[in-house]
Parts: sequence; structure tokens; C-alpha cells
Amino acid sequence: MSRLIRDGQFIDDCWRWLDADEAPAPVPGERLILPSAVWQAHRPGLDAARTGVWLAPDDDLAPLLPWLATIPLIAIRFPVFTDGRGYSLARLLRGRHGYAGELRAVGDVLRDQLYFLQRAGFDSFALRADQPAEEALAAFRDYRWAPFSRG
Amino acid sequence: MYRYNPTDQQLVDDRVAQFRDQMGRFLGGRLSEDEFRPLRLQNGLYVQRHAPMLRVAIPYGTLSCVQLRKLADIARRYDRGYGHFTTRCNIQFNWVRLEEVPDILAELATVQMHAIQTSGNCIRNITTDPFAGVAADELVDPRPYCEIVRQWSTLAPEFMFLPRKFKIAISGGAEDRAAVRVHDIGARARRDADGRIGFEIHVGGGLGRTPMVGRLLKDFLPREELLNYFEAILRVYNRHGRRDNKYKARIKILVKDLSLEGFAREVEDEWAWTRGGPATLSEETFRHMEAFFARHDTAPAPADEPADDPGHDLAHDLAFSRWQARNVSAHRSASRAVVTLSLKKTGVPPGDATAEQMDGIAELAERYSAGEIRVSHEQNLVLPHVARRDLPALWRGARALGLATPNIGLLTDLVCCPGGDFCSLANARSIPVAAAIQQRFDDLDYLFDLGPLELNLSGCVNACGHHHIGHIGILGVDKNNEEWYQVTIGGQEGEGAALGRVIGPAFAAGQIPDVIQQLLEVYVSARAEGEHFIEVVERIGLAPFKARVYGAAA
Repeated sequence: MSRLIRDGQFIDDCWRWLDADEAPAPVPGERLILPSAVWQAHRPGLDAARTGVWLAPDDDLAPLLPWLATIPLIAIRFPVFTDGRGYSLARLLRGRHGYAGELRAVGDVLRDQLYFLQRAGFDSFALRADQPAEEALAAFRDYRWAPFSRG
Repeated sequence: MYRYNPTDQQLVDDRVAQFRDQMGRFLGGRLSEDEFRPLRLQNGLYVQRHAPMLRVAIPYGTLSCVQLRKLADIARRYDRGYGHFTTRCNIQFNWVRLEEVPDILAELATVQMHAIQTSGNCIRNITTDPFAGVAADELVDPRPYCEIVRQWSTLAPEFMFLPRKFKIAISGGAEDRAAVRVHDIGARARRDADGRIGFEIHVGGGLGRTPMVGRLLKDFLPREELLNYFEAILRVYNRHGRRDNKYKARIKILVKDLSLEGFAREVEDEWAWTRGGPATLSEETFRHMEAFFARHDTAPAPADEPADDPGHDLAHDLAFSRWQARNVSAHRSASRAVVTLSLKKTGVPPGDATAEQMDGIAELAERYSAGEIRVSHEQNLVLPHVARRDLPALWRGARALGLATPNIGLLTDLVCCPGGDFCSLANARSIPVAAAIQQRFDDLDYLFDLGPLELNLSGCVNACGHHHIGHIGILGVDKNNEEWYQVTIGGQEGEGAALGRVIGPAFAAGQIPDVIQQLLEVYVSARAEGEHFIEVVERIGLAPFKARVYGAAA
């Protein structure tokens, strides 16, 4: 069963995740999510529409900035749910740099953080495998309130 | 006082429901201890030595009498009949039951209170001057800004998982009574040459394991930029603060690593983007917030009381005049006064109040102080709006409650954490040491003669008792499973904020009153007319004190 939530429902994930040590060799038509360094090294030869980038919490945003309009998906990895750096990366991408593509939280993504992740600008969520599906969907409604300042 | 709007109420109600669900999953074994811990800490719930401890937020230390009665009610029904007011102006209940915490939070929500962000690696309760709004030396009432920052920081999605805890203090007096330079961010209100309001921003102060006095980051931040600028600071910290070592994770370490100039550059870069953006505060927002904190000193004094029992027979009463000298402070209005109720009676753990006392204080506040109470970071309670003609009646009422000890600002008004009797972080007990000091120095003539003296005591390096900024500081340490106490002198808060210096090897608990006695003797013999303890320490240095305490061995 898919563990990916987008637009308030579970959907099939049509992207393949590549770890840092894998070569970016897509089979035709396949969509890949590449580590930032691999994406930077191979970008000119890749099909932009089928290539996403994933960021570790300490990755620099600068190499992506000139290409943001062409990147369909950026994933931000949470090595552990208490590592809050990804929230600021999301906020920067959405607010400061105007990124409008899919912004996905991956890794230690738990039901109790979904509300805040969404509020920080994420719009898709690759849940950790053990998270109960129904509870996760309900979590987006933990609060009926919106934070004080957004923009 | 600020009053919740429907959105604020919704938030705390939703928070109760969310936490009830989380607690249910934890107790049902569906949420692991590691996953539950950060969630319960964000709700102020610790697992302590004897029982769970719940820390309830008292935003910028302001309580209504209705709220205080609810705290008394909670103390009675869910705890052992008392609560502990902390150095961060919150209240802790030390004997709650885990499974009842959601019910306590629901009770709090009925009086516009909560325990959100009283612990955990997030933005903690905002603190300010306990005399805010009534101090004679006030440039700007800081409370509207505290409330604005409170709303912004409450469940701020981006900043729920910072590298470490984050404390903000805001003050508006000419004198800094909020210790802004020992906070992660300290803001002091200023007016520029055109009379516009802004803030002087200090960053990277804090006590704890690596005590530091904050650095001046910006000398004038226009008030409308307050949130944009705070957001810039928090974002730089959230992204670049160390997460590999919790002892090096506070913002002060980042400021030190980047250098003040380097850190300031990062903040300016972030601020350049947020500046003038959607979180910029409008004049309308300021007016809206200021209206909640309208001054009480223009209101007529309570009418139901015919100037109570006359004070004239008290004019020569020594106890009353001592209380007036120590516990009554100037109000901006000449016909009013600010009264501090001492939670430092000898034999009672500093900062503790029983449910009966809380109810009694609520009653006094209702009759004499426009229904309002403040918590000071020295762990006393303040009635900010008292008509001077009511002072005798208030004094009698406070005395009946055991809250009129005339020791505010004196040696026995000591600040003290719960220590090893309660706290699982502590290396040593602090309450018995505090009690021994209070018992030794219970002679009021002597205390008055010594004059202003701040003594702070912490049971471990986390420094909840703020020992670094005590004129005399005592730190409990563990040596081979024995409790020892290290003594510092020369610390102070406020304008000349400084960290105390260790006088030498640590002492056993039983030696501490003697050591204090010796320090005081050096002071008394060295002082000039009217010179305070801290001034003597600054003038003559540590050596004479060391020589007296350690003798030839020093």
C-alpha cells in the first residue's frame, strides 16, 4: 500500500528515490528523485520534467535556485522527526524563493508532525511505514486555526 | 490584560484534544517513549524523580484572579495542594498523575491558560518586567509586544523543533527588570530621536552550563519589524545551530562560532527578505494590543470599602514600616503602589504557594489590585495596582496568609530551583540549603542593615536558580555521589549584567551558612556608608573574600 499523502489522500508514488551512491540511470519514462549533489553533476543530461531533487537538512539551496521553475519535485529528508531544519528549508523555498512545485517531506515523517509540516509549506508526505493511515489523514485537522503570521 | 479571541480559544481547545489523543496512544503502547517525549515536553510535562511534573505557562507573568483561583483548584484536585512559581514566571505542579494531565489542560483552557511550549526545544514562555505598565521609569509598556510575540511563537510551525530551547525577554523600563541580557533574545524598548518606538536587541545570553551575557545585535529595531527580525534570527539559528551536542546547541554557541559580526550578517540577509513582508506589524495591530493593557491608575479606587481600617495607628508599627520599606514599590501614580507578596518565608521552599494562599491572593487582588497578579522572576507575586490608602488592609491580609515577610531584595529573598528533592536533572538538593540560610539569617535588623543582596541557588549546572547572576551564587555539584556546593560572588542582572566568579573549592551543605556569614563579615567591614554588597565586591575584588573563607590555604 502506498504511504504517500497528497491533497488529503493516499496516492501511488510514481517517483523512484535514488540514494547518494546510485547512478542516475532512468529506464525510459521513469521519474527519479536524485540527491542534490548527483542532480548538480548530471543536470544538463537529465529530463527536467522527470527529475526531482532531494535535500538533506544541511544541504545548501543555492545550486537549485536558478532552476527552481523547472524542478517538478523537491523532497526534504527528515533523518529524525526532531530535526527541525527541514521546516526552514521548506519555508525558504516557498516564501523567499517562490518554489511552486511539489514539496515532499520524507524520512521520519510521523502523524504528529503533519499539521506543522503542511503549515511550513509541504504538500506531500511520505509517511514512515508504521504510521496508521486513518490517523495520518485526520492529523491535518489537528487544529482548526491558522498560525499568526504566514506569507 | 489580554483576553482570548475565538481563535485563541480554539487553539487551546484543539491542543487539549490533540494532547489527549497523544497521551492515549502513549498509554496504549502505540506511541513510543522516544516519540512521545518531545510531544509531552512541548506541553510542559516532565517525568520527574517522584511523579510527573506539569509546568503551566503564565505568559509574561500576568495572571487574573480567576486564573489564580483555577491554579489553586488544580493544586487541590490534581496535586498535593500547592504549586511552585518558577524563575521563568511559570508555575509547576510536582505531583500530577500522567493520565490526568489532559484533564488538567482542559481545566486550564477554561480560563485561557495552557502548558504549550513550557518545555522542549522550542520558543518558551515570553518574560518581562513584573512592574510592566505601572513602573515609574517606564519608556514603553512591553506587554502589548509580549502578547504579539506570544501569539507569533505559539505553535510557530517552523520553530517547533529547534536545536535547543529558546527564551525571549522584553523589557520597557529605564531599568532592566527582565534580565534581557541573559536570554537567547533580549529586547529593550527604546525611542529614537523622533519619538518612534523600537527595540535594542541582545542575542546569545543565557545561564546554564555555558553562561554568557548577551551581545548587542541591533541598537534600534523599529517596532513594526519585531516579528520579521525575530523570524530571521530564529531561522538562522534553526538552520545552523549545532544539533550534534545538546550542550553546545544554544544560540549563544552559534553566535560565538560565527562571531557576532558573522551571525549579524546572516540575520541581516534573512531580514532583507522578510523586512516589510506579511508579518510586518501595523499601527492598527499596536493599537488593538495596547487597548488590552489600558492603565488602571486612572480608574477609581475600589468603592465598596470605606478606606478600610485607618492606617494611622500603623504609622509607628515597626512591622508595617519594614514591610512598606521592602515590599512596596513606587507606582507611576502617586496615589498607588506596587506590592510584592513574598514567597520567601523561612521554612517554605522559595516560590511555593499553597492552594489556600493562591485563593487568598486572588481575593486580595480582586479587592485591591484590579484583579491582577504578576509573577516575578525572583519567584514572588506582585499586586501592581494598589491604592496607597489600602496598604494597611492589604498588609494585614497578606500577613494572615504568611505572605508579608518584609524581605524583598534582601538576603533571605533568595531564588532557588526545586533541586534534588524533585528534579531528576539535579546533582544536589537546593531547598534544604535555602532553608538553612534563611534560618541562620532570620534577624530582620541584620538583614535590613546588610541592604540589597541577591542570593541565587541552583541544584545543577542547568542553572534554573540563576546562580550566575546572584550577588552570591550557590551551585550544587556532585562529587563521588556526594552533594557539594560551589560559591560565586559578583554576579548581577540588569544594566551591568555580569557573571559571578567562583571563590574556590566547593563546600558541604552544612558549611554554607558559615561561608555566607564570612562573606557578609568581609562586606560589612569593608563597606563605606551606603555601599551595597555587590558594589563592595566590584571595588575590592575576590581576594579579601577568599582570604576570609579559606584562610591561609587560599
